[in-house]
Amino acid sequence: MEFFRLERTIPFMRHAVVLNVISFSLFIAAIAAIALRGLAFSIEFTGGTVVEVSYSQTAPLEEVRASVQGMGYADAQVQNFGSSRDLLIRLPLRGENSNDQAQEVFKAIAAQAQPDNVPELRRVEFVGPQVGAELATDGLIALLFVIVGIMIYLAIRFEWKFAVAAIVANLHDVVIILGFFAAFQWEFSLSVLAAVLAVLGYSVNESVVVADRIRENFKRMRKATVQEVIDNAITRTMSRTIITHGTTEAMVITMLIFGGPALFYFAVALTIGIVFGIYSSIFVMSPMTMWLGIKREDLVKPVKPKEDEVLSP
Amino acid sequence: MNRVAWWRLALMGLAVTFGLFYTLPNFFGEKPAVQISTAKATLKVEAAVADQVEQALQTAGINHQGIRFEENNTGNTVRVRFADTDTQLKAKDLIESTLNPGSLVGRGLPASQPENSAAQKAAERVEVAGPSSYVVALNLISASPDWLTSIRALPMYLGLDLRGGVHFLLEVDMATALTKRLDALVGETRTLLRDKRVRHQGIARSRNGLEIKFASPDVREQGLKLLTEQVIDLDWQARDTGAEFFLVGRLKPTTATRIQEFALKQNITTLSNRINELGVAEPIVQQQGADRIVVQLPGVQDTAKAKDILGRTATLEVRMVEDSPEAAAALLAGRPPASVDVYQERGGAPLMLKKEVVLTGENLTDAQAGFDSQNPLEPAVHLTLDSKGARIFREVTRENIGKRMAILLIEKGQGEVITAPVIRGEIPGGRVQISGQMTTVEAAETALLLRAGSLAAPMEIIEERLIGPSLGADNIAKGFNATAWGFVVISVFMMAYYALFGVVSVLALSLNLLLLFALLSILQATLTLPGIAAMALTLGMAIDANVLINERVREEIRAGANPQVAIATGYDKAWATILDSNITTLIAGIALLVFGSGPVRGFAVVHVLGILTSMFSAVFFSRGLINLWYGSRKRLGRLAIG
Repeated sequence: MEFFRLERTIPFMRHAVVLNVISFSLFIAAIAAIALRGLAFSIEFTGGTVVEVSYSQTAPLEEVRASVQGMGYADAQVQNFGSSRDLLIRLPLRGENSNDQAQEVFKAIAAQAQPDNVPELRRVEFVGPQVGAELATDGLIALLFVIVGIMIYLAIRFEWKFAVAAIVANLHDVVIILGFFAAFQWEFSLSVLAAVLAVLGYSVNESVVVADRIRENFKRMRKATVQEVIDNAITRTMSRTIITHGTTEAMVITMLIFGGPALFYFAVALTIGIVFGIYSSIFVMSPMTMWLGIKREDLVKPVKPKEDEVLSP
Repeated sequence: MNRVAWWRLALMGLAVTFGLFYTLPNFFGEKPAVQISTAKATLKVEAAVADQVEQALQTAGINHQGIRFEENNTGNTVRVRFADTDTQLKAKDLIESTLNPGSLVGRGLPASQPENSAAQKAAERVEVAGPSSYVVALNLISASPDWLTSIRALPMYLGLDLRGGVHFLLEVDMATALTKRLDALVGETRTLLRDKRVRHQGIARSRNGLEIKFASPDVREQGLKLLTEQVIDLDWQARDTGAEFFLVGRLKPTTATRIQEFALKQNITTLSNRINELGVAEPIVQQQGADRIVVQLPGVQDTAKAKDILGRTATLEVRMVEDSPEAAAALLAGRPPASVDVYQERGGAPLMLKKEVVLTGENLTDAQAGFDSQNPLEPAVHLTLDSKGARIFREVTRENIGKRMAILLIEKGQGEVITAPVIRGEIPGGRVQISGQMTTVEAAETALLLRAGSLAAPMEIIEERLIGPSLGADNIAKGFNATAWGFVVISVFMMAYYALFGVVSVLALSLNLLLLFALLSILQATLTLPGIAAMALTLGMAIDANVLINERVREEIRAGANPQVAIATGYDKAWATILDSNITTLIAGIALLVFGSGPVRGFAVVHVLGILTSMFSAVFFSRGLINLWYGSRKRLGRLAIG
């Protein structure tokens, strides 16, 4: 079986400008979303308490909300989690003994529950204010480490133009993932951060594969223009790109479907990241290298003619 | 060119065998067990305990499935496996009565806090039993056969999010640890100057050191010489302020670090002891960073109880009681002297204590309830002090015969006098007995309170997680399902799309999973839900290498290469790309490992290991299989690559 039997080189670079305008507008939209709405950070970053309770029947959402708010938590969030029987209660940090909040709240809602629909405490998470700030800094440092590490590696292995182009392309993915999380106010937790960093490492793969082909083509297609070389490299890696990302995406989507609420946003971040990873390494990274002025000499070391073999008339 | 070298075959066989053996223990499930650990810091579980238990079980006719004595850094344990939970429960009672003769079965928690109501206290008293030597707890241990255990093939350790339990992150208040040490140094310095007859005009504690005022530079010179030699924790310097002569002692940086390290260690020890009293099967008490402690209690669902024990930021102080008539009169007048603090005695009467701290909980190594050595009918509490504590105690008791000394428990900034006995005579040797007017229950309670007090510095819970057992089971099922379905989808696709090469890719992917499981088991890494997610993701990414190879081989064939050449060049050309792309993924994985904490680290460990195993399985192993199939054929017409 074979899906992509591409005989002719597809002239991708002819549409580079249009594609990059689309990319750029998406990028701006993502930044606008982050700036205007902000990320809905999980309590791991902000500090606070999360209580997950499971009822034997449909959870009395309104009653629970009323009783939690009655306890003085005006800005507490109460919502369904995964199914109509499960509830997630988020409480902000309050005063000194914040870590007792969960017990108090659970006692209160257990006391008011119907005898045939009692809640079971499934999970409590309390994070103090000291931890959150640290996690945020650690996350940023990790992001920086990944970016610098990958750039250095690509610059050594290929050429600085590839390094710059690959990082721009992949940061574009990261920003778009964050943009989605901001626009829809999905919860940004530690595991989402892990997913974002994993995507960053993973979609650089794609850029590496294309870059590898471009280098090979420069050696092989001696007469071709830079644009032809890049078009050919993309066309010939197309099949592989779609299939590998397809298989990874299949894995991620099964996680999205079967993984339950705990893995949901992790899988969402990966799904978006992988889709945009394909797009950006082809349509953002390649033209970027072209515009940065990649040349055959950058990648193919010219073979010096041996000087002692002189041929004179 | 594609013949399989014998060493490649050997290595492939080795990898498969290794993977199978070390993954195996994970499939045996768990059996009920009874676990015996020590209840006292002074008592070690020895191999002899295992023999004792075995004999007791034999006499009672209870069948067990193996007794294991294990030595580890958190304390030795003896574990006995049973066929079912009925036998387990019977055996537990038997072992309990064999090892802890005379103690009641239901062990109480040292949970009496000052703010508890009287009714609660009464209820607790019933539970508090005599001191037990061993903690006998119910547990589940792996049912994998002994020969697997003997090659160190152990099942993976499941994280709390998969098995249920509580997790706490505690932060030690280091500022308080330093202040406390400085307070103790003030006392030491004062005693030293008095003993050596160096007259001074007062010692005061500053923020990070202490100041002594002297009448003349000569006396100060004496003091400087003495203190530089004897009080080496401080850097001493002379300072003149007008006509006043001071010696300023500053805490040395190395000392400060040592104090902090000690405080952390001491707290970890204390926490471990307290947790042992809870009877949790496999608790984790670990240092994290410079000033934090992680506590994980698998299977525990009652956070309130656990927190009661952990969060009790109690510290212990021994101080002299101020009972001069003048002070008493001043107290009655509502103006107690500035040199005392007023506390409530257990029972309600106010008691004035001198501000100077004689001893702290640091110097107390043990407290046990027992009976008076003179009068075996009278309950008493026996204290054991360390050498420094013993020395100070001897001096203080010699100089204060007939006076009262109070032991003060400070919890959450509130002090309560546990006991204030009269000093009958000089007490040398560091073994102290408190007796008189108390019941056995009171003695046991006081001993528990005293032991609880030996935290070097207060702690605060800064992170808490509780995972119910049903959620844990759900998480395992969901994580497993996601991985399994993902694997099936990928396998079906690969086999359909790449035919025989696809089958080889799927075999390589299976080996990857096997090796990953085996490595995680050997490293005894903790498997968490993010870890399972990483496993799924890594499988999805690992197939990337095989796709790359298969596409390259196809391309070579399309370009008109001979099949054997196509295989060789396909693998060789793909290898460079695979290496590049794995290295970039590895960079991200390592960043997560280094900067991540908690769930992120669980993800990163599996991710990084998975990338490493995938390079072996996807390239080396799959090439071996392909060569095995095609390599020896001289005339190869077509490759089954779809």
